[in-house]
Amino acid sequence: MIDLTTLIPALLIAATPILYAALGELVVERAGVLNLGVEGMMIVGALAGFAAAVATGSPAMGFVAAAAAGAAVSMVFALLTQFLLANQVASGLALTLFGLGLAALFGKSYEGVKAPAMMAGPMGLNWMVWIGFVAVAAIWFFLNRTRPGLILRGVGENHDAAHGLGHPVRRVRIAAIAFGGAMAGIGGAFISIAIVLQWTEGMTAGAGWIALAIVVFSNWTAPGVLAGAWLFGGVTALQLRLQAAGVAVPVQLLSMAPYLATIIVLTLISARQKFSRRAGLGAPGSLGQNFHALR
Amino acid sequence: MRAEMNESRQIFRHGATLSPTCRTVQLPAARFPVYAWNGLTKGTNLNAGIVFRAEGIGKSYPGVRANDDVSFDVREGEIHALLGENGAGKSTLVKMIYGLVQPDDGRMELMGQPHRPSDPRAARAAGVAMVFQHFSLFDALTVAENIALGMENPPPRRDLAARITQVSTEFGLPLNPARRIVTLSAGERQRVEIIRCLLQNPKLLIMDEPTSVLTPQETELLFATLRTLAGQGRAILYISHKLEEIRSHCDRATILRGGRVVDSCDPRAHSARELAAMMVGGQMREIDRTGRSAGTVLLDLRGLTMAASSAEGTSLKDVSLSVRAGEILGIGGVAGNGQEELLAALSGESLSAPGSVTLEGRDLSRAGPEARREAGLLAAPEDRLGHAAVPDFSLSENTLLTAGGRKGLVRHGMIDRPAARRYAEAVIANFDVRTPGPGTAARALSGGNLQKFVIGREVLQAPRVLVVNQPTWGVDAGAAAAVRQSLLDLARAGAGVIVISQDLDELLELSDRFCALNEGRLSAPRPTEGLSLDEIGLMLGGAHGMEAAQA
Repeated sequence: MIDLTTLIPALLIAATPILYAALGELVVERAGVLNLGVEGMMIVGALAGFAAAVATGSPAMGFVAAAAAGAAVSMVFALLTQFLLANQVASGLALTLFGLGLAALFGKSYEGVKAPAMMAGPMGLNWMVWIGFVAVAAIWFFLNRTRPGLILRGVGENHDAAHGLGHPVRRVRIAAIAFGGAMAGIGGAFISIAIVLQWTEGMTAGAGWIALAIVVFSNWTAPGVLAGAWLFGGVTALQLRLQAAGVAVPVQLLSMAPYLATIIVLTLISARQKFSRRAGLGAPGSLGQNFHALR
Repeated sequence: MRAEMNESRQIFRHGATLSPTCRTVQLPAARFPVYAWNGLTKGTNLNAGIVFRAEGIGKSYPGVRANDDVSFDVREGEIHALLGENGAGKSTLVKMIYGLVQPDDGRMELMGQPHRPSDPRAARAAGVAMVFQHFSLFDALTVAENIALGMENPPPRRDLAARITQVSTEFGLPLNPARRIVTLSAGERQRVEIIRCLLQNPKLLIMDEPTSVLTPQETELLFATLRTLAGQGRAILYISHKLEEIRSHCDRATILRGGRVVDSCDPRAHSARELAAMMVGGQMREIDRTGRSAGTVLLDLRGLTMAASSAEGTSLKDVSLSVRAGEILGIGGVAGNGQEELLAALSGESLSAPGSVTLEGRDLSRAGPEARREAGLLAAPEDRLGHAAVPDFSLSENTLLTAGGRKGLVRHGMIDRPAARRYAEAVIANFDVRTPGPGTAARALSGGNLQKFVIGREVLQAPRVLVVNQPTWGVDAGAAAAVRQSLLDLARAGAGVIVISQDLDELLELSDRFCALNEGRLSAPRPTEGLSLDEIGLMLGGAHGMEAAQA
């Protein structure tokens, strides 16, 4: 049978990379920007974090470096979309391809290297798992209870109105993109430093895309992101154990479950669109639209 | 002092036009100090202090001189109108006062201090507040959040909610701070904007065409509020091109044309015609309504009921109407009460129950747009760019969209390009569309020119019945007059015309009979002759939102 005492820690660990990346993307999308480059920023963070951890011997320094690297590559996206007003979808996809290629290029020399020892926190779990929970609460508080958070939501909901009221649309969005990049970088580094403990090319394996799906699944709320990350993490952990236990459910069906759940949630949101808008749910009004101050 | 103020509040210069439901509102005097209140009458107001002064303001954009040597002042306690056609430079001017753009030359003064805000925050800090033409609200956010976004240092959430409730009730504009904007009516949304301004305690309040979406009663309520604010010693800069409104409510008017101040006057001392002449710089062509007689019934709607097409839409409920040859039927109502659905039901974009739409005895209720065009029922929707015309298509390609069949521009499935081009040229020539030629993309035309093109494209097809929605929305006075005249000419030639509009002046000018669309229900039509604005307001369900104001 499946042992819950090992399943839950496994779930939390599997959920952590996508939790960080999705929280970052949540803030980006609430500011009205759709950055599809999460996967690219994660893999760059995974390599930069691993390299820094190996070089300094400190996993903590690894996460700091990963955040910096993720934020740095996200600035390429910020330059394209906020200054050159390039299409956000195309720029995001380009960022993913760019990040994957960049990491593969500089990662060659790190193949086969072992990561330094982990920092264990309460219940034997990595500190970063616990910090992830704090981040959920902090981001919820920031978005819903602070003035900068309100301005960020305003910018995402109606950038023309925000500009008219004198809020710096572009600056808010660049800051959000940088934060999203840093969080994606941390998420990627968690895979290389805390889960796999080594560098392999393409090791994020689609986690960035799952993070993007979770933001939609969450209906653009921080608690929803946590629930979505747990759902994905839980299915990932469960599927390995079900396979090991020899349960006669095809693995492919289990792997599909989180995506099916996303589709169902999306359908429900769209069917009840009026209701969702009235309840203040649903996608930010200016999501994916470039802002250009007319005169 | 208090007693004087209380008295002054009750002086609405045109009190007679105030609907009985408008009450005099209580001043939140304690929180809104009165700046050097000078007295009660117009005479003393003239000597009152100057709140805002502009001297020689100029602003250029590439290829356009938007403002040139603009000088005017706004005094304490007055409602000052800024009057001009689209493109006269009104918006640029107020954007400079509000810090959204910076002037190239000239200087501004606010309360005697130099005023040169680098952004709207600086302007707000200096005491300028602005209510925008297109609501600058955040739909998914609550009233309180929207107001907090427009303030420099909003108080904590709970205090802010309490202040919103208090101030809005005191001004007779009650608002629930926890409601989300999407759930509010247009009038309520405007209250949010106004309360947002009032909480800043502004010295100068700028209103950019605030009444375009309001019912007559809501407009009266707005002016009652503005009069109260002016009574507190604030100055109000009021932008509009609705002449009657300005004549009955404003103390002074500065008239802009081509970016320059061409005149300054007391609007009450002039007729609407004189003001219009100042605005356009010449005599307005008189609209010619003559030479029409109502003939046989062309279009008949019987018990048209239709579910809303989208979650935000309005369903049509048992709509019946008939249009005769040579007649113009006006349908008024605040947008969102079923106008778009009615147009879709008439154009054939939405199909209805058999027998509900008949044209000259022929049942068209199950026929699509192309079949209806063949039969002679044509429509011009409200949204020019995107619905009536494809923005990136050339004008001649755009003629194909509706005139392809009727004008033989498409034969055996192949486009006859020279014919399309000739037809586009004919529309351009007949309707004075200012454009380089039929090869120009639709999006390159100004709103007024594109509207003339869209209306002309339908009119030249010689329809039996033409349905237009908001034919002059956002169109300047000259182009609007041309569009209206073309509709009258069409009716004179024996066609039936249905004009759906929010602009009551336009409906009164054009239509022979008037009915109102309210929450998807159409009132019984009444002859336009002798219909008063108050009666129309009641037909429009003008009491909407007023019960709340009374509570």
